[in-house]
Amino acid sequence: MAQAASRVEDKLYLNRYLVDAGRAHIKVRPHATPSAQLLSLLKLCPAHCYEMNSAGQVEITTDGCVECGTCRVIAEPSGDIEWNYPRGGYGVLFKFG
Amino acid sequence: MIEERFDAIVVGAGMAGNAAALTLAQRGLKVLQLERGEYSGSKNVQGAILYADMLEKLIPDFREDAPLERHLIEQRFWMMDDNSHTGLHYRSDDFNEEKPNRYTIIRAQFDKWFSKKVQEAGAVVLCETTVTELLQDARGKVIGVRTDRKNGQVGTDVVVLAEGVNGLLGTRAGLRNRPDPSKVALAVKEMHFLPQETLEARFNLKGDEGAVIEAVGTISEGMTGMGFIYTNRESISLGIGCLVSDFERTGQTPYGLLEKFKSHPSVKGLIEGSEVKEYAAHLIPEGGYKAIPQLFGDGWVVVGDAAQLNNAVHREGSNLAMTSGRLAAETIFQIKSRRDPMTKENLALYRKMLEDSFVMKDLKKYRNMPELLHIRAQNFFLTYPQLVSKAMKEFVRVDGVTKAEKEKATLRSFLAARSIKGIIGDAFNFARAWR
Repeated sequence: MAQAASRVEDKLYLNRYLVDAGRAHIKVRPHATPSAQLLSLLKLCPAHCYEMNSAGQVEITTDGCVECGTCRVIAEPSGDIEWNYPRGGYGVLFKFG
Repeated sequence: MIEERFDAIVVGAGMAGNAAALTLAQRGLKVLQLERGEYSGSKNVQGAILYADMLEKLIPDFREDAPLERHLIEQRFWMMDDNSHTGLHYRSDDFNEEKPNRYTIIRAQFDKWFSKKVQEAGAVVLCETTVTELLQDARGKVIGVRTDRKNGQVGTDVVVLAEGVNGLLGTRAGLRNRPDPSKVALAVKEMHFLPQETLEARFNLKGDEGAVIEAVGTISEGMTGMGFIYTNRESISLGIGCLVSDFERTGQTPYGLLEKFKSHPSVKGLIEGSEVKEYAAHLIPEGGYKAIPQLFGDGWVVVGDAAQLNNAVHREGSNLAMTSGRLAAETIFQIKSRRDPMTKENLALYRKMLEDSFVMKDLKKYRNMPELLHIRAQNFFLTYPQLVSKAMKEFVRVDGVTKAEKEKATLRSFLAARSIKGIIGDAFNFARAWR
């Protein structure tokens, strides 16, 4: 798992991004114990944006997000996350797509 | 509020949005197209195969200057187990025709070209603008959009929602539901660059010829899914996708699956020594006919992936997107020409035009296929590929075992894995869903 995760970081390094600093477009609702949906995102997010912190809560770093919407279809219905697109011009900038 | 008013606003500049904006502008309507990327294409992800027929209906002479990669002369379907693939392979020189039917394209480049055509036709294309909300009157009629620009509200008679599979506007306004995890696939893809001669030698191609490989089997770990390898001019688009609900169930990682596909002995040699230049992920609508939402209402229509218009069996999406965008635009033009209002009643013509086209007819034909493949994923994506591989291995290996014994062993392995009732049931259900 750790090996696969490091490989995905190498993949994201190939991509172009314009990060909207301080304005994360996806937010995780504060929680004590993560739901099953949130936990599934640790593996399911193709950009490995979701990670568990030392307190056992799921956190997101959106810098490498490829804006696919997978986490939205999984965890927005339960209210676990709030999902928006980045502001115009920001986020991933595909060269090939 | 931007003072200027538009006959129509198109949200999104993918295949559906560009087809709609182009058609509306060609018919002389005042069109505003809004795109959140820095240009049309910078947020768009596809395999990608372009079907000429649907584009010809919009831009008849597109071959003159569109950025096309290769025209396809060869199609391979692979059924894979961990060490082998059993293939169905079709290659024909007849596909080397004056006006080829299928091409590989690179979306960021193709869409940029498409958008130029939209602008030349007279549409106002505003990029780097995210639409955040649909503006509705007290009766729910859509009357405009709110964007993330300063004073960014714009009024219109009709909004064409071409916002993609993960469009937020329509779902937030209650016009359709958010896609269910069992009705969308997550695909991940890499762009592998190789010297042109190397690529052509590996796939036995000359000039602009191209080949496509689509693969199912143990690569998807029992999930409903497919891998693909498409040849571009000097790159290979390689990816794999599976249902989101299957990923959720199995705990597989999409990048883990991609790495496994790339390291398969049948794939490894094709991409050896390549330079990877991009990694992308995208959702694909997989629910088929039964997942199509309400397509029109007072002051709005929805087109393309946002409307779930994707033929998963034939892996066609962009052509359905282009056709739906064009038909939505034709509908709006007809209503406008009669000086009628953009009511739900009048916009119902869009649905009717779609029903009369290949879009709905094809999707209707396969209306039961998604459920069949999703519920019986283990059989179709794991058990059968393994059995077929074993049968083929027995068939070609010459080792002194009599042919009669080999056939018996093969039959026994099929019966042990699925039982005679199971096999007949799978075949029957598959035939019925295909019909």
